[in-house]
Amino acid sequence: MRGVCGEWPPLRDRQGATYAELVTSDPWAARLHVVSGKGGTGKTTVAAALALALASGGRRTLLVEVEGRQGIAQVFDTAPLPYEERRIAVAPGGGEVRALAVDAEAALLEYFEMFYKLGVAGRTLKRMGAVEFATTLAPGLRDVLLTGKVKECVSRTENGRPVYDAVVLDAPPTGRLVTFLDVTKAMAELARTGPIHSQAEGVVALLHSPRTAVHLVTLLEDLPVTETLDAIRELEAAHLPVGSVIVNRVREQWLPDRSVASAASGRVDAGRVRSGLLAAGLDLPPEVLDGLVAETVEHAVRVAAETAAGERLAAEWHGPRLELPQLLDGVDLGGLYELAEMITHDR
Amino acid sequence: MIDEMLADPRTRIVVCCGSGGVGKTTTSAALALRAAERGRRVVVLTIDPARRLAQALGLDELSNEPAPVEGVPLDAMMLDMRRTFDEMVYAHSTPERAAKIIDNPFYKTISSSFSGTQEYMAMEKLGQLCARGEWDLIVVDTPPSRSALDFLDAPQRMSRFLDGRMIRLLSSPARAGGKGLRKLVGAGFGLFAKGVSTIIGGQLLTDASAFVSAFDTMFGGFRERATRTYELLRSPGTAFLVVATPEPDALREAAYFVDRLAGEGMPLAGLVLNRTHPVLAPLSAAKARSAAENAGSSRLAAAVLRLHADRVDLAEREDRLLARFSGAHPSVPVVRVSAVAGDISDLDGLRAVGERLADPDPPAPVGTVRSLRGPLS
Repeated sequence: MRGVCGEWPPLRDRQGATYAELVTSDPWAARLHVVSGKGGTGKTTVAAALALALASGGRRTLLVEVEGRQGIAQVFDTAPLPYEERRIAVAPGGGEVRALAVDAEAALLEYFEMFYKLGVAGRTLKRMGAVEFATTLAPGLRDVLLTGKVKECVSRTENGRPVYDAVVLDAPPTGRLVTFLDVTKAMAELARTGPIHSQAEGVVALLHSPRTAVHLVTLLEDLPVTETLDAIRELEAAHLPVGSVIVNRVREQWLPDRSVASAASGRVDAGRVRSGLLAAGLDLPPEVLDGLVAETVEHAVRVAAETAAGERLAAEWHGPRLELPQLLDGVDLGGLYELAEMITHDR
Repeated sequence: MIDEMLADPRTRIVVCCGSGGVGKTTTSAALALRAAERGRRVVVLTIDPARRLAQALGLDELSNEPAPVEGVPLDAMMLDMRRTFDEMVYAHSTPERAAKIIDNPFYKTISSSFSGTQEYMAMEKLGQLCARGEWDLIVVDTPPSRSALDFLDAPQRMSRFLDGRMIRLLSSPARAGGKGLRKLVGAGFGLFAKGVSTIIGGQLLTDASAFVSAFDTMFGGFRERATRTYELLRSPGTAFLVVATPEPDALREAAYFVDRLAGEGMPLAGLVLNRTHPVLAPLSAAKARSAAENAGSSRLAAAVLRLHADRVDLAEREDRLLARFSGAHPSVPVVRVSAVAGDISDLDGLRAVGERLADPDPPAPVGTVRSLRGPLS
């Protein structure tokens, strides 16, 4: 299983590669999986399920968050994560997921430790807000530090083989995604030499290669689909490889297709419902029947809107699309494994 | 609860806060419209409305000034943070000095991409609208921040950033900061400052330093304004509504925010729980599913039963999530707003949301099923 990650696709000059060459035919084979989506679409949950799925069968993955939200700890229902890689789950078939909450200030201090040997002064500076200040001074610096740490995790090796078979990044939401990933732009703000600059070059090479796949999580609703399509265009323009679109919380459609449109406009044949219910042994009072009809209309309106959103997505996105169901019990740890199972199965 | 709050002349400001994607903007607009149509002079300050909602409010262009919404007695505006910042710089300094600040490349960074600028400017704009005294109710939407708490924290962070101490330290650590500080941090700070300039480049630091010295004289006024707005938020005329959806993340964020408001002594009016799915027919999920098995010949009846069973499960999940929140915050009133299918694209859509906000337990569209709903809080 580890062979997959032992062979990296050859690096290419960013300018030399066409966009098609950037995108692998199998996005799930990438080493770095960047997961983004509009706020509220469940991207952290999906990232966690993806990390579990990619770890199945004895592999090891790292799940990384960069926004200081402690979303991973919440999804796995554990105490807040420190700035340290630690095991957070065991994957089906013996694999392992580790998690890391990257913090830009800690990453900056880590640099200073490495290059300037700050010692205790580092902690004092942090307490004074100096480190936060430095990362605020150049907003691009923050992103360079965060992606730099991710890159370091992706390329770290032990006895000649990668420590992680795959790294899954719970990235900022779509609105800020391309700014975050387009490290080249951020670098323009920074000094042209120095340790961070050379690391940033490595980040650019990784992100603009088939070793990376950016997955966008969406719901079948108007705004999330619009944002997803916008993000795809922006990513393509910035030469960042889009891997797949993951449609989350897909709900069951129970009505026959042909009934949806009329039901959505409020026409449900209550008489037919009633006789069908009677045949099934249910003799319900009229007000209960009315309630069921009202629920049916709402269901149909939603199904119609979801179908339209799905078609809009399909018209513009022809790449891989993965659908995950809405788990009615909510996504607890068990639900997470269930989603991971589905990703493993469907991808 | 909502109508009483909106009708009470003592309510001068309503702030809608919560995590991203929970419907804050729609809720703000619906509340503003409802209050306006009940006779109050209202302005709504939106941050980043969806396109159709913006159109419904006539906010097609960014003017950074309230304008009347066509056909209703309501004023609306959309925040332009860069322009608000510019205005503030002009208001606090001489024209020459203002021009110098605005031309500084560093100003461009801070006024457009500093995380927290939007929150700060939203507060500033609120202060401005309030000072004009043209409205007796201001409804404020808050930025789609990473965390709802950013709204309260950003101004302070920004003040700390702009007060210049750090820039002076970084640009000339040998002279600034005083002996005490140097002793405290030792040689580390000099190394740090050197490192920072190696990383971000000397030019940026020079720009930043020029910016801060130009900004210095107006900083006092600046901080004073932020403090005044903060006090305004703590005054009894302000009502915070925390907005959430029945999802664990959104409710967790809401819980943080509620605790924080209490800690800051800020007046919380309640929780708006958007997009709920109340059950409209009293039939258990198990019974519906087993009947669906026997409804073989009628596909329609089977579908109706199965979608009802899913809805019961969903409603139970939503109840559980809300119960967890209310268990920890028993005194917070909760208003449930059932899901509206599709986007809000016109004023009628907003009115419908307003109805649901005001009467969170409305009669079902057909028939009477009031008794089915769980308790409201």
